Amino acid sequence: MKPTMVFSRTPGLKDVVTSYCPGCGHGVAHRLMAEVLVEMNALGRTIAVAPVGCAVYGYDYWNFDTTEAAHGRTPAVATAIKRVLPDRLVISYQGDGDLASIGMAEIIHAANRGERITVIFINNANYGMTGGQMAPTTLAGQVTTTTPEGRDVSQTGYPMRIAELLATLPGVKFSARGALHKPGLVRKAKSLIQKAFAIQDAGTGFSIVEFVSLCPTNWGVNTLQAVEMVEKDMLKTFPLGIFKDEQVGGKD
Amino acid sequence: MKIIAKTGNEAMAEAMRQINPDVCAAYPITPATEVMQIFAGFVNDGLVKTELMMVESEHSAMSACMGATAAGARTMTSTSSQGLAFMYEMLYIAAGYRLPIVIAEVNRALSGPINIHCDHGDTMGARDTGWIQLFSENAQEAYDNLIQAIRIAEHPDVQLPAWTSTDGFIISHGMENMEVYPDEAVQKFIKEFQPSFTLLNNQQPLTVGAADLQDFYFEHRRAAAEGMRHAKRVIQEIGREFGQTFGRSYGLFDTLELDDAEVALVAMGSTAGTARMAVKNLRQRGVKAGLLKLRVFRPFPAEELAQALKHVPNVAVMDRSDGFNAQSAPLATELKTAFFDAGLKPKVIDYIYGLGGRDIHFTELEQIMEKTLQAPEPGDLDSRVVYWGVRE
Ligand SMILES: Cc1ncc(C[n+]2csc(CCOP(=O)(O)OP(=O)(O)O)c2C)c(N)n1
Repeated sequence: MKPTMVFSRTPGLKDVVTSYCPGCGHGVAHRLMAEVLVEMNALGRTIAVAPVGCAVYGYDYWNFDTTEAAHGRTPAVATAIKRVLPDRLVISYQGDGDLASIGMAEIIHAANRGERITVIFINNANYGMTGGQMAPTTLAGQVTTTTPEGRDVSQTGYPMRIAELLATLPGVKFSARGALHKPGLVRKAKSLIQKAFAIQDAGTGFSIVEFVSLCPTNWGVNTLQAVEMVEKDMLKTFPLGIFKDEQVGGKD
Repeated sequence: MKIIAKTGNEAMAEAMRQINPDVCAAYPITPATEVMQIFAGFVNDGLVKTELMMVESEHSAMSACMGATAAGARTMTSTSSQGLAFMYEMLYIAAGYRLPIVIAEVNRALSGPINIHCDHGDTMGARDTGWIQLFSENAQEAYDNLIQAIRIAEHPDVQLPAWTSTDGFIISHGMENMEVYPDEAVQKFIKEFQPSFTLLNNQQPLTVGAADLQDFYFEHRRAAAEGMRHAKRVIQEIGREFGQTFGRSYGLFDTLELDDAEVALVAMGSTAGTARMAVKNLRQRGVKAGLLKLRVFRPFPAEELAQALKHVPNVAVMDRSDGFNAQSAPLATELKTAFFDAGLKPKVIDYIYGLGGRDIHFTELEQIMEKTLQAPEPGDLDSRVVYWGVRE
């Protein structure tokens, strides 16, 4: 019997081993993003801006042009790239420290100006790169290296819901939250990226996809337990869904 | 005497536990993260009474530190590289407002390209912000300097913020034997914070940082410069008192085999420790080599340095940052000014080395001293400034 190829590595990613820990969500998000770009035949016109965080080495894995920004500044850098090269597909890839902490000003203003960029936002409820400190997205009561007995919301505030927050801005045309920890959800996640990129190509405004992600290493659990934590705890604070979809002439 | 093994970061966190500051505000950054992370554990365990604020960036961290100090609180933070760079705007304001904040700074190369390893580019980039700057050779000095920094910054004749510089990974993550002093002795040494003015005292209402135009801005900056001048004396007094109390005295710099030296190496941070071995080896081979380890970069002890080096004809300056001023890097540039003012004209060769964490070995320091001895009188820039250990 002649073997048939049913699955292969996407040409949107380089054939290298990543630096991500087992169970990390970044790798899944990278692959989805790359697959969509290949399906859109857009690899040659894509420019990504890599964050400072665990995805700092994104350019080593993505098979498209990338520039690196200072911590939190990717939306501003992406804005300028898109304005200079409006026919490119520009992606700002960010973690929750990068986007919701140090880079909060940039993200709000890029969204409010309705910049025609797409933000892929990985919410793993902590600062992964620096060793698992509390992030603005850390759940109430969650143990991190800076909240050894759990996040006390009366002292450190509440987990921020970025997809919902940005959906309130008129410049934002697409805002959704997906997840990466189960096959069905991964398929849905991919469709969210497709929609966001379509919005960007339609040129109507800002698009963001937030992913509830996993960080077994810093959460101090194994991958299966991390999946359970996402199901049991994270999805309660960060419900999945599409909070805004103003796709012009869009399908479904 | 309590000797324990600690990394530089652990040593600094320990100093902070003993100092027990009223307020800390911080945002994590490699390789300084652990300092505040370990300290967060102390706060959680009730070992300190500190109000710990985990803010959204260093820009906010330093702003919060300013608010706290203006309100009369003893305030500390820790950062590195991009974090210090992101504080830049506030660094000037803190000094201009005369707020004695203390930073445990861990030296790391600045972006870009992004790098997390040691060089002194971060603090050198902020060298003229009005902060007192102390370099440490090892974990013990990082601990000792942080304790002294509190007293120096808060001294009524100084009233300026201070940071201690610690080589990223080399000291911050390297484990060494060190002595930790008893908590009460540290508390007694640092004393209570007695700010001259604080907010929220309705007997004496005041504004911190009122607008200051052509009328008084100049006088206020001049007064801050005077604080920095006083710091030179105060640092030495406190260094002596520290020696009387804990058995380790500190001055502006430290020397080794300098008396009859024909070549001197001037270095800061962990490289000074490496240089001790190099000097010893050269001496065994009959080369009259010596070392000057600079501890205090701000205030820059120009007269004292010129005096200490006045008999040395050949000087190798180790600069772990590049000033990009096309003349020489920060330490050599300042040292040459010191020589000029003292009417001295030794042969000075600036070695820019170790950027982005490139290692330096004691055999290289031996080569550098021998090369400096043999080098012709420096004429063109190429022989005055050497990029050491780079592929080109
Ligand atoms: C100005 C500045 N401050 C701090 C840092 C240190 N730093 C690097 S990554 C990071 C947090 C990253 O967390 P997140 O954005 O959630 O991404 P993750 O690593 O979890 O994917 C921090 C604080 C930095 N590089 N620059």
